[in-house]
Amino acid sequence: MMNFAVRIRGLRVVRGPVTVLDDFDLDIRSGSLTGLLGPSGSGKSTLMRAIVGVQKVAGGTVEVLGRAAGDKDLRDRVAYVTQAPSVYADLTVRQNLRYYARVLGAPLSDVDRAIEQVDLGSRADHLVGRLSGGQESRVSLATALLGKPELLVLDEPTVGLDPVLRVQLWELFHRLAESGVTLLVSSHVMDEAERCERLVLLREGALLADDTLPDLLARTGAADAEGAFLELVEKAEQEASS
Amino acid sequence: MSPRITLATAARVLTQLRHDPRTIALMLVVPSLLMTLLWWIYDGGVVFDRIGPALLAIFPFLVMFLVTSIATLRERTSGTLERLLSMPTGKLDFLLGYALAFGTVALIQALITATVSIGLLDLGTAGPSWLLIAVAVFDALLGVALGLFVSAFASTEFQVVQFMPALIVPQFLLCGLLVPRDQLPDVLGAISDVLPLSYAVDAMSEVQANTDPQVWGQIGVVLAFSVVLLALGAATLRRRTP
Repeated sequence: MMNFAVRIRGLRVVRGPVTVLDDFDLDIRSGSLTGLLGPSGSGKSTLMRAIVGVQKVAGGTVEVLGRAAGDKDLRDRVAYVTQAPSVYADLTVRQNLRYYARVLGAPLSDVDRAIEQVDLGSRADHLVGRLSGGQESRVSLATALLGKPELLVLDEPTVGLDPVLRVQLWELFHRLAESGVTLLVSSHVMDEAERCERLVLLREGALLADDTLPDLLARTGAADAEGAFLELVEKAEQEASS
Repeated sequence: MSPRITLATAARVLTQLRHDPRTIALMLVVPSLLMTLLWWIYDGGVVFDRIGPALLAIFPFLVMFLVTSIATLRERTSGTLERLLSMPTGKLDFLLGYALAFGTVALIQALITATVSIGLLDLGTAGPSWLLIAVAVFDALLGVALGLFVSAFASTEFQVVQFMPALIVPQFLLCGLLVPRDQLPDVLGAISDVLPLSYAVDAMSEVQANTDPQVWGQIGVVLAFSVVLLALGAATLRRRTP
């Protein structure tokens, strides 16, 4: 039997006047590294918020690690990194992580490990408010590496990072997936798709594809993820107009 | 709720404050300077003896209201609150963490202000001076609770600061400092009866006037207001948001 870390059925999310997701289904296999791709405004962040359980939903079910999303039991098993770094600018990198580690009940030795994993060792005692934007978002990412999360939900974790660091982080994500952690990573940069085992393409709240990259390329005849995405958008628009 | 997370939160808030020495200096020194100014205006004497204790009640209330409302507004807007609530943090951990941290600061502030007022400015009180400090700390907690609650109704720091003239100044005008409460017009007297600062100032006046002051009734009212405001504040902390 295949194990799913996330099972979504008929999810409907309405934000203000906009129905962001409607009758949305998705399964994410345990221990997989799934890329969530789509233009900005396509509903990626909303979907992630629903999985973490911080989004008010209008209907449907979201099951995470065998429980309802947002369940008390999931609070130290699911780690979530928002697009805007949610860390304290008036604390140092280490003070931020020590605080979150204590909240999670994670050993304080995790703090140095997480700082090394995001390559901020030389900045550990600097105030977060004095760091660059990319460094600040890495502090936020490091928070998600504390403890032993089973599901990592990362909203655009590599935005604003230099290419070397991006490669390093994707290597880290792969190592985590190999160790059994499930990762859902969003991006609007299509070339990052090539680093994921599985791709979920979103457009205007609809699932355009949920496939591996080779299958996606074979199906669309495109040369890369971006081409495949454009192909699928075109197909969807043709179907909508016919 | 967990003592571990509550204490971690209190320690974190104090660490943040430690990185901001100017705010600490202003919080601790300004009340004493204002007391000195008041002493100078009235040339010491009986009016100073009457008004001084009331101001000892008002300073911590006002100062803690301001710092707490802005600090929690920041937590709401920066995403750190959402992150904490998606972790094992209980709403009470968050609220009591703040109350504990700013309560500690208020204790130090009250100790300094009372020492300056009684020791240097010769503020005369019939009751024991430790009671003045105890009442001041309870007022500070009231300010923390009101600040936590009010921050839910503001989306910017501009708005939060405007709550001060809206919510604090009327209490200041009606607390009995300008006109004794029993000499206010009936309607205003009735309004003054349901405002928490009135009881705080009554408690201070009691300590000032009586050698064996009975203040636990008034302190009880101030504490009850704080508990109700904290409960209302907890209701405004939502794990799921639209």
